[in-house]
Amino acid sequence: MFSISSHLAPTSLQEAAQLLVSHPDLRLVAGGTDVLIRIHSGALEHVALLSLGRIPELKRIAMEDDLAISIGAMATFSALFEDPTIRRHLPFLAEAAVSMGGPQIRNVATIGGNLCNGAVSADSAPMLLALNARLQIESRDGQRIVPLGEFYAGPGKVHLAAGEILTRVLISPSDYEDMGGCYIKHSVRKAMDIANLGVAALCRLKEGIFDDLRIALGVAAPVPIRCQEAQLHAIGRPASPELIEEVGRLAVRSSKARDSWRASKAYREHLIEVLTVRAVTTAVQRTRGCCHGK
Amino acid sequence: MASEEAIRISLTVNERAHRFEVEPGESLLDLLRDRLFLTGVKQGCAAGECGACTVLVDGVPVNSCIYLAAWADGRSVATIEGVARGGELSPVQDAFVQEGAIQCGFCTPGLVMTTTALRSSGRAYSDEEIRREISGHLCRCTGYQNIKAAVRKSLKSM
Repeated sequence: MFSISSHLAPTSLQEAAQLLVSHPDLRLVAGGTDVLIRIHSGALEHVALLSLGRIPELKRIAMEDDLAISIGAMATFSALFEDPTIRRHLPFLAEAAVSMGGPQIRNVATIGGNLCNGAVSADSAPMLLALNARLQIESRDGQRIVPLGEFYAGPGKVHLAAGEILTRVLISPSDYEDMGGCYIKHSVRKAMDIANLGVAALCRLKEGIFDDLRIALGVAAPVPIRCQEAQLHAIGRPASPELIEEVGRLAVRSSKARDSWRASKAYREHLIEVLTVRAVTTAVQRTRGCCHGK
Repeated sequence: MASEEAIRISLTVNERAHRFEVEPGESLLDLLRDRLFLTGVKQGCAAGECGACTVLVDGVPVNSCIYLAAWADGRSVATIEGVARGGELSPVQDAFVQEGAIQCGFCTPGLVMTTTALRSSGRAYSDEEIRREISGHLCRCTGYQNIKAAVRKSLKSM
């Protein structure tokens, strides 16, 4: 029995936003695979839950009229992995989604919960950060859009005020069109394990030259980060193996890895260099594959 | 807010309709084991890691230990007790027996449920995909090779 004092499951976003105003003690729960674990461990007690699981619009994954891809905050990792729109336009995000947990966890855990939990190891975060994903956040009084990079407030903390609900993740066409991408998760076990490091690489080439390169890391600093120095070094230069080796070395300079029982700082820095090279190399190969004739 | 507010739910379990008043903190695992005495649903880690408590909710494998009973309102739940028909083992159960995929048996109900969902999907799975799809189940006897063989056999006999 979980220490839960009450449980509300509204069927519309308006109702949920109103409940958050009238009952400020409510804690939002999505798939529950983090919140229920925290209650089970005793970290949370006598929790009043507001479940978002009965609001159909929050599960929607679709391409909008402006070609932006909209992912409802309550879309599960399994839904992301299997969705035809995601598979066609954001296959690298599907790759990241299937790296998280195991099948039973992916069947209930949601992208919104993963982001709002604020964990540096969130498997959806690096690729969404590389995609310049924007978050739509709604409350009774209105809505705001915030870039994912500005959402993190610190380890396990995000800028979500009382009364606010993350409703959608938005990805613009200029951030995914003609892009090749790759996500590599390094963990001791391939399933049901937390990342020692997550590396997302996304790139666009023009005649063999990096037109755009984005590298994002999870578990390399207190929050997921982009590797600006490495990205800037590559843009405008030919995507040669030598350049990609340099990019790997530069990626380490953006990181603030630390020792933890999962991995030492030195080992994480080694992983950042090696896996960035691998992720960028694969992203480049996938770009060439998908862009023939364009 | 008032504490321990009971929640009325209706659901079907192994194709039989039920109504309950559940507590907010009651898991689907609690409900299945303690109210319906479906003790084939095992509690292992109680934290969503081991897969022993796996049941199907609307055909989808979930860890019932970290799934609130309230969330099952209006849904259809399947447990190992509903898999055999008229005393006949299902093709999945039969494959597990034939391949010697059962040692202590604690992980077996969950694995049979996940495999049942894979079989119902009608899709073909590569060996790598089979490994991925059963990766949310821990077998502490470590009989994974035979389990994999049983899953493969279950999916071949369609």
